[in-house]
Amino acid sequence: MSAYVQEIGALTMRWVRRLSREKFSLVFTLVQPMLFWLIFFGNLFQRTADAQVVQAPNYISFLVAGVVVMTVLNNGLAGGVDLLFDKENGFLERLLSTPIHRTSVVLSRFLFVMTITCLQILVILGVAALFGVRPATGFLGVAVILFIGMLFGVGLTAISMAIAFSVKSHGDFFSALGFLSLPLIFLSSALVPLAAMPAWMSMLARFNPMTWAIDAIRPLILSGWAEALPRLGMVVAIMVVFDAFCLYGSARAFRRTIG
Amino acid sequence: MEVVGRTVAIEASGLGKVYDGVTAIDGLSFQVFAGEIFGLLGPNGAGKSTTLRILITILRPTAGHATVLGHDVVREADRVRHLIGYVPQERAIDRFLTGREHLLLLGDLYHLPKSETRKRIAEILKLVDLEEQADRPARTYSGGMKRKLDLACGLLPNPKILFLDEPTLGLDVQSRLRIWDYVRRLREQGITIVMTTNYLDEADRLCDRLAIIDGGRIKALGSPSELKAGLGGDIISLTVGASETACVDRLASELKGLPSIRAISTKQTGLDIRVESPEKALPVVLEAANRAACRLEFIDYHRPRLDDVFVALTGHAIREEFPKAEEP
Repeated sequence: MSAYVQEIGALTMRWVRRLSREKFSLVFTLVQPMLFWLIFFGNLFQRTADAQVVQAPNYISFLVAGVVVMTVLNNGLAGGVDLLFDKENGFLERLLSTPIHRTSVVLSRFLFVMTITCLQILVILGVAALFGVRPATGFLGVAVILFIGMLFGVGLTAISMAIAFSVKSHGDFFSALGFLSLPLIFLSSALVPLAAMPAWMSMLARFNPMTWAIDAIRPLILSGWAEALPRLGMVVAIMVVFDAFCLYGSARAFRRTIG
Repeated sequence: MEVVGRTVAIEASGLGKVYDGVTAIDGLSFQVFAGEIFGLLGPNGAGKSTTLRILITILRPTAGHATVLGHDVVREADRVRHLIGYVPQERAIDRFLTGREHLLLLGDLYHLPKSETRKRIAEILKLVDLEEQADRPARTYSGGMKRKLDLACGLLPNPKILFLDEPTLGLDVQSRLRIWDYVRRLREQGITIVMTTNYLDEADRLCDRLAIIDGGRIKALGSPSELKAGLGGDIISLTVGASETACVDRLASELKGLPSIRAISTKQTGLDIRVESPEKALPVVLEAANRAACRLEFIDYHRPRLDDVFVALTGHAIREEFPKAEEP
């Protein structure tokens, strides 16, 4: 057990070290592009968006939940890319020739991605507070937001790793990523509530796990526990199924690569 | 296990690996003795790296089995991993970490106490002469320095057997010689070395014993001198004038079947003739050249080299892209 902790700790520290070595990437990871959605998109559409339609005091407060989950999405989907580089340059092989548990490399990546995602969510909520958006459910609500983010993030990171282990080159990886991420955002309740969408889009959006995560986080920010609780139950159930599915696929891809 | 007084470190029997219907290696059997430098020599794609990856437990064989120091590489993979070190072919280096951080990371992956890791790191950095650069990020390293770090990483677990995949691929001459020197020093310390290479001179000068692999099969097994002696006789190389390449085939058929000639292989610009004794064969060869109306530009004879062995066993040169004349 202590051996397991030692190796996972060391592998996780490697990701932290890498990030801290790239000063730019460190800054841009924490203050990352998703903030632009909140700051620019949120303010840009302030007057265009109808408060009646978005069911929120203003558009930016509506958008916070979407930006939080978009951050989880982007981080999760990009989460496997470093393993892909490790696979390509042989570092993964070096790691696997040591007497570590086969899951340690993957677990360290999960730990790292989840930690970074939590920090980013906190930054986003902080910036939102500057624009006057404060979660109605307080600190406990923030903890629950992080928890939902993690639940969704685990599945996404697993998908990303599965792609990383399956593709032949990182060109393929980024193509697959670009292809996945925008439709997932547009076909969700991140930017517009389901009720305001064209019927076919809202129909598709209902099958997007992102929608469920956003619709659970949004009342935590806008209204309060009474409205949030039933949605929380729903999102946990959906995410458990989603994660199980993703982890299974990722484990298969991993085993195929590792042999 | 003792074979004529030598301890067997690695035993492979009938190893096979099929990837998606393509056979990478097919029934390889060999032994590596403790304390020797054992080379897997062959062209790219021959199956050397596949063999190595099976022995270091990161690939499962689809046929046969192998043991490393008595432990099965599939069933007791974890035991094997504790006993070996591995230096991969690619520069498997994290450019953002310093040399020392690479070694600290590996120390944790081998579950060593911190004090032990630090002690070993100091020793190894001295051995590979990387002390001064140890705290610089690896992205500032030259090719030779990266190779040294690779080697240091392989040595960190204090392995009984060190596996090297193409240790000098793409290195300049000086770095190559230095790596050879380290490898010999490791053997002196009692470490068994298994390495792949597609350099004939490296195999010849560094390895105690070789397996020549081509097309996923072992073509020959033995020490470089045994392999060369096994070929028998000497080599007469003829080079014809540039305008007369057409007579190469004519000359070959003239020579075929003559009593003092053992084997003939044709190149674009001439012939390599394996003979019992060059003194006896030379007049015969010259006479044949006369009959074939072949103007010879150049005649040379030498003891068989490993490249002659390779051609004789596989029917082709190890690297087709290089003209043979450039082999040292």
